Amino acid sequence: MASFKTFIEDVKRVPSEFMESLFRHGPPETDRTRSEAVFHNLFLHIHPVRVHRWSLKSTLTLGLGVMSTASFVILTATGILLMLYYKPSTILAYDSIKDIHFVVPTGRFMRNMHRWGAHLMVIAVLFHMARVFFTASYKSARRFNWVIGLMLFILTLMLSFTGYLLPWDQVAYWAITICANIAQSPRELTDALHITGFFDPGGLTKTILLGGNEVGEDALIRFNMLHCILLPLVISFFMGIHFWRIRKDGGLARPEDADDKLGPLPDGEKPDFTQAPQKTYGLMAFVRGSSPVVGKGPEHTVPAWPHLFYAELAVFMISFVIMLALSLLMDAPLKELANPLVPENPAKAPWYFLGLQELVSHSAFMGGIGVPVIALLGLFLIPYLDKEKTPEGIWFAGKGEKSVTVKSAVFGLTSVILIEMFTIRFGWLRDWMPGIPQLIAILVNPGSVLTLIYMLWSIRIFRQTGSMRLGAVAIFTCFLAGFLVLTVIAVQFRGPNWDFYWWPNLWPNH
Amino acid sequence: MSEMLTKPVKRRDFLGIVTIGTFAVAMAAALAGILRFFRPTVFSELSKKYKIGKPGGFPLGEVRVPPGRSVYVFHDESGFYAISSRCTHLGCIVKRGHDEFLCPCHGSRFKLNGDVISGAATRALDWYDVSMAPDGQLVVDEGKKVKKGTVFFA
Repeated sequence: MASFKTFIEDVKRVPSEFMESLFRHGPPETDRTRSEAVFHNLFLHIHPVRVHRWSLKSTLTLGLGVMSTASFVILTATGILLMLYYKPSTILAYDSIKDIHFVVPTGRFMRNMHRWGAHLMVIAVLFHMARVFFTASYKSARRFNWVIGLMLFILTLMLSFTGYLLPWDQVAYWAITICANIAQSPRELTDALHITGFFDPGGLTKTILLGGNEVGEDALIRFNMLHCILLPLVISFFMGIHFWRIRKDGGLARPEDADDKLGPLPDGEKPDFTQAPQKTYGLMAFVRGSSPVVGKGPEHTVPAWPHLFYAELAVFMISFVIMLALSLLMDAPLKELANPLVPENPAKAPWYFLGLQELVSHSAFMGGIGVPVIALLGLFLIPYLDKEKTPEGIWFAGKGEKSVTVKSAVFGLTSVILIEMFTIRFGWLRDWMPGIPQLIAILVNPGSVLTLIYMLWSIRIFRQTGSMRLGAVAIFTCFLAGFLVLTVIAVQFRGPNWDFYWWPNLWPNH
Repeated sequence: MSEMLTKPVKRRDFLGIVTIGTFAVAMAAALAGILRFFRPTVFSELSKKYKIGKPGGFPLGEVRVPPGRSVYVFHDESGFYAISSRCTHLGCIVKRGHDEFLCPCHGSRFKLNGDVISGAATRALDWYDVSMAPDGQLVVDEGKKVKKGTVFFA
């Protein structure tokens, strides 16, 4: 029989027993309990228990992966809050954004955070891809994770673009109109081949995307569903795979002689396994390659708690501070209410799509579908064609990579600037030969010529050096250079009617 | 792999494969049908056919844009005709200059009869059918494209 006294004792013990049942291990003060903390926790266990010191070098990763994730987390939080007030209907959407911006307490801040978060995420994902490429971290075991990363890149752009329509202002309306017509642009090809009557993939894509023939209520509802439900779900799913794969592929890429390069451990950082000798931590999964525990001592690994978590937390806080500062300094723009009869002039998409818009201004099909598909296909193929053994996990480490990168950057910049200058000054095929066949006008445009030049350059580097990796470096650098210049031209130098102007104050003002 | 193909299938495996296979085929067929779900069939859009008034109130030489529409209706010596102002490049609305249409989005230029002058557009502007309703009003039908130069004479 339990007496009243023992009942009181039990009640007193509830807090400590509850904590014990919650965590199931002591405070994370020894290597053993720290490992347990990571291993037994659903949210932490996606991390390794111990992490190699090479992976913690901030100059290797620049924290870009964590920064992408951090922005996604903040975007999810602010997005859910914005959904409380946003009304996805053509009549109410614009006013509800205005309410959020001007009336809802802290609404403007939420909207700004969401907007800057989206920009930060796109930048972080883009730079993350570049860092993985230039540190040759996509090879052997990590090939498939590169493909997953590519999916995440596309999903990030889709998320940001679907969000673009929701305010239902002039920019939103005309950006989506242009986008929907890019989706329809295969019709240019089918028209030229006279088969649109019975085979019209372009028209089908457009109507499915918009839920109608024009951007209207149905388009807004579809984009809202994609932006708030489907795409976030899908991207979370792929993010899970991406993180899981990093662990299963043996952590972040590092050179084989990483341990020698790091040198001896500083005093006091020797891993201490003495506190709990009854049980050493074992290999918790089958890991391929030279993981910390295959054939090597764990000298150069440190417990994820606290070293990795400090690093991640630091990047998270930096990302948050960046967004915070931008949100307090600059408001997200809102143009006039969407007017289906009068386009914005110039109608510009968000900056990361403006490179594409510049290409599209030369040809809808090649610029909007042809060239992007070629670029994505190239990115997908890189790890399956470049199987050379070059040092991984170090910037520009392979033989000749630095000089090929510099040369390709110069070549890429020069050719894109020359082609654009030429087109702006002298026009293109149709200006010289008005009767030119449709098919030629579509296929031969400045964008596709530029792509071809870049491909030839890459092939030339490949044949000169005999190295697939250097060929890949050449074309990747060229595409980055092209993207940069096209974006700058479209952001800065394109005015009304997409004409070239040196400065926005030279735009005709009527 | 070759062993898998040459070895006789066990009775139990065969039944399993047949069960799963039948189910998969049935599901695939059903799902293929359901794909139609995504294709819109209800269009909550303005009617494509509308009246623009009687010819009498539409003097020679006037160019009219029916309110809320992206169409230019011309009246010249040959008669009435309607040209779409939706750019064939990426769907922006072209503006009429004194002797050409100009698209603000990517600078495609068209002649006043719709033909492409320059830019990334690959197709001439659409011409729409103009007819007369029984009440004597002119009717433009955006759902009915006609050949360039098709003019309604009232």
